[in-house]
Amino acid sequence: MTVLLSANNIAKHFGGIRALKDVSLTINAGEIYGLIGPNGAGKTTFFNVITGLYQRDGGDIVFDGQPLHVDSPHEVTKAGIARTFQNIRLFAEMSALENVMVGRHLRSKGSVLGAILRTAAVRAEEAAIQAKARELLSYVGIADKADIRAASLSYGDQRRLEIARALATEPKLLALDEPAAGMNATETAALRTLIEKVRADGTTVLLIEHDVKLIMGLCDRVAVLDYGEKIAEDVPAQVQKDPRVVSAYLGVPHES
Amino acid sequence: METFIQQLINGLTLGSIYALVALGYTMVYGILGLINFAHGEVVMIGALVALAVYKALAATLLPPPLILLIGFAVAALVCTALGWTIERIAYRPLRNAPRLAPLITAIGVSIVLQQLAMLFWGRSYHSVPALLPAESHDILGARISDVQIIIMLAAALSMTGLIVLVQRSKLGRAMRATAEKPEVAALMGVDANKIIALTFIIGSALAALAGVLVSANYGIAHYQMGFLLGLKAFTAAVLGGIGNIGGAVLGGILLGIIEAMGAGYIGDLTGGVLGSHYQDIFCFMVLIAVLVFRPSGLMGEKVSERA
Amino acid sequence: MQEHQKKIAGLALIGIALAALPFVIGMSFGNAWIRMLDFALLYIMLALGLNIVVGFAGLLDLGYIAFYAVGAYIYALLASPHFGIHWPLWAILPLGAVVAGLFGVLLGAPTLRLRGDYLAIVTLGFGEIIRIFLNNLNAPVNITNGPKGIAGIDPLAKSIDIFGYQLHSLYLVYYLFVALAILIVIVTMRLENSRLGRAWVAIREDEIAAKACGINTRNVKLLAFALGASFGGVAGGLFSGFQQFVSPESFGLFESIMVLCMVVLGGMGNIPGVILGAVVLTVLPELFRHWAGPMQMALFGQTYIDPESMRLLLFGIALILVMRFRPMGLLPSARRKAELVEHA
Repeated sequence: MTVLLSANNIAKHFGGIRALKDVSLTINAGEIYGLIGPNGAGKTTFFNVITGLYQRDGGDIVFDGQPLHVDSPHEVTKAGIARTFQNIRLFAEMSALENVMVGRHLRSKGSVLGAILRTAAVRAEEAAIQAKARELLSYVGIADKADIRAASLSYGDQRRLEIARALATEPKLLALDEPAAGMNATETAALRTLIEKVRADGTTVLLIEHDVKLIMGLCDRVAVLDYGEKIAEDVPAQVQKDPRVVSAYLGVPHES
Repeated sequence: METFIQQLINGLTLGSIYALVALGYTMVYGILGLINFAHGEVVMIGALVALAVYKALAATLLPPPLILLIGFAVAALVCTALGWTIERIAYRPLRNAPRLAPLITAIGVSIVLQQLAMLFWGRSYHSVPALLPAESHDILGARISDVQIIIMLAAALSMTGLIVLVQRSKLGRAMRATAEKPEVAALMGVDANKIIALTFIIGSALAALAGVLVSANYGIAHYQMGFLLGLKAFTAAVLGGIGNIGGAVLGGILLGIIEAMGAGYIGDLTGGVLGSHYQDIFCFMVLIAVLVFRPSGLMGEKVSERA
Repeated sequence: MQEHQKKIAGLALIGIALAALPFVIGMSFGNAWIRMLDFALLYIMLALGLNIVVGFAGLLDLGYIAFYAVGAYIYALLASPHFGIHWPLWAILPLGAVVAGLFGVLLGAPTLRLRGDYLAIVTLGFGEIIRIFLNNLNAPVNITNGPKGIAGIDPLAKSIDIFGYQLHSLYLVYYLFVALAILIVIVTMRLENSRLGRAWVAIREDEIAAKACGINTRNVKLLAFALGASFGGVAGGLFSGFQQFVSPESFGLFESIMVLCMVVLGGMGNIPGVILGAVVLTVLPELFRHWAGPMQMALFGQTYIDPESMRLLLFGIALILVMRFRPMGLLPSARRKAELVEHA
């Protein structure tokens, strides 16, 4: 089993608050890896650090055998990590199709001059971008909504669209920030199928989730954060039994 | 050294006026997130209305400072009415419009006010009678006039009053709440429309004061005087961190001093290559420099965008 | 194929109309109105340039006129007796576009981290700085001739005789402007539907999400500044040769605001809307100026309001009314229209 991402001793603080205290974890290629923890445990902070939105204050990250330079989010995306956002961030005024087409930005190279002259190469590339975007829309199951404005899509479809857009960047690691938040049971079940399909097609998945049932049923391995520290990392069955995890979730007082 | 103190005095005078006007920008921005482009024109209307009053009362035997006070009172009345009307007819209908729409409206209001003022008062520069004692005093070799002292005092008093109002009173608390989270404030029983109208009224009263003071300082009033003044005051507000009341005062005073120092020293600094006609560049140069290094202004909160 | 033929027929019709327009207007209203038509075309080019920055990329630029000034002064310096240089138009225009584009990058670079209104005020500052420099660069070395401006600039075209019929230079200028305006429209349309155009809109809609999609927002924003500025530079050069005179007065903040109003009033981000905005805001105020005097005479027997301030007054009122009743602009883009309908 090869390691896809290993984060070592990641630290991040905001002013005096230490949001992440030397968090280390490794994600293997081809697995679905869950990151859980109570509210404010530092899950999203960790996410923002590995996707370059925040600059870390300590530690290092190795991704796909290379040290990951997380100076800016677009570099991270280029290296092969794509993400979705907890509070969905779509390009509201663009159609669903256009949203996914934006995701192809990195994997296409049409220049200013090419666009102005509309060379044969640029036309072909545009056609390819569009074809790929349509393919991804049908992959996530919203092919019929291609021309609808993103903001007008239903909540569940917006989540799917965001995943399609992230997949358009051809990531090695797809990082999903609470994709099931606000979904009903049917939508969650469909989401689960989709995530499994993504993994089956060769993309590793990192999942932050509140829905413990979804995490336990879906993930190969799970890490638990509490107060910015990793308190467990194992297969779901073991994590569930871990007394520290139980106390973190049930609110039994910490031993310090 | 004498030049330095002289320019410091001039800068403080100018800066107090900028600060008064900047407060109007910053309060409206804090609550509505709107650049009230027309605010500079309200200052201009204040100056010209007060001037009309001085002229009407010139023949009476009232003591000059009283005439000035009456002029200010009338100007404040007209300006608050004007501020209230502008908010009512131009901005309120656009509360939920796209962000640029009210900016365009504000530009429209600004143009209309300028042209109306021109119709009333014509294109000429009006000289403003000296109603305040014109004596000047010696401080470390520099001169400070009574007018300058009065300007600084009036500005300092009204700004202190405003800060006390915003920080201590119930009204101020409602204003801060509306600026912070309008929906929540509304749930708590704050009438947002009323608060916004009041913000415009207070800002306009300060603008009237600024108009009276600036025309007393330069002895001149003109229908286009509001434009550059408004622009600089807005710059001051941004410099201090827009939306922040203390920031507007700091930004205004800093800008005044920088400008005065710039005018006093630029010739020497550049070996005479750049003259004092580059004065207006300073405010922008400083602004750009500050914003490049502190994108939210000097006292603005650091807003980190959250994922 | 039918579709294709229809399209060609439509384009041909538009072509004929554009070719005939100056003759119709010139014969019915006189040359002054052809001049105005030329100005409308200049403003279309300017507004389309600003539309890239404000409409597509969502960067509020209040100092756009500076790039127009750069283009205008480059033409003025390289084709006038001021330095005794007389370069041809086809050499200066591309140079003007490139230099203005460089200025766009230069002024855009420090503003990249700024958001919304801070960006607006800084660009406004840059605009004023450039104007103040133009006003004062007559000493110690006389470069711009200061507030007096540069006169005697080489004209864009001279009147010519065709079969004994004299064709006024205004007509030739018109055709030159139409050709360039069409070129700019095509370039803008192609940019809009390109990888870069999508990246601009993505940044406008959500900058963080755009970064997460792998867009290098810094470079893409700079490209918007550069391309927008280069359009302004071209328009500036044309303005210079058309007026045969430039002075810093033509490049004040009011001009920047005017162009911004054209973009917003017409319908931000929508090319036909922006064109409409430019035409309306050039032509209507002129009409008012023309009719305001005589109309007042007819109604009241004397002129109360002089035409120039009438023009501005009505301009201001129009801005307020249009934004009140059509906050998305006169001709919103299809996307925005959809949004309006949904909210209704």
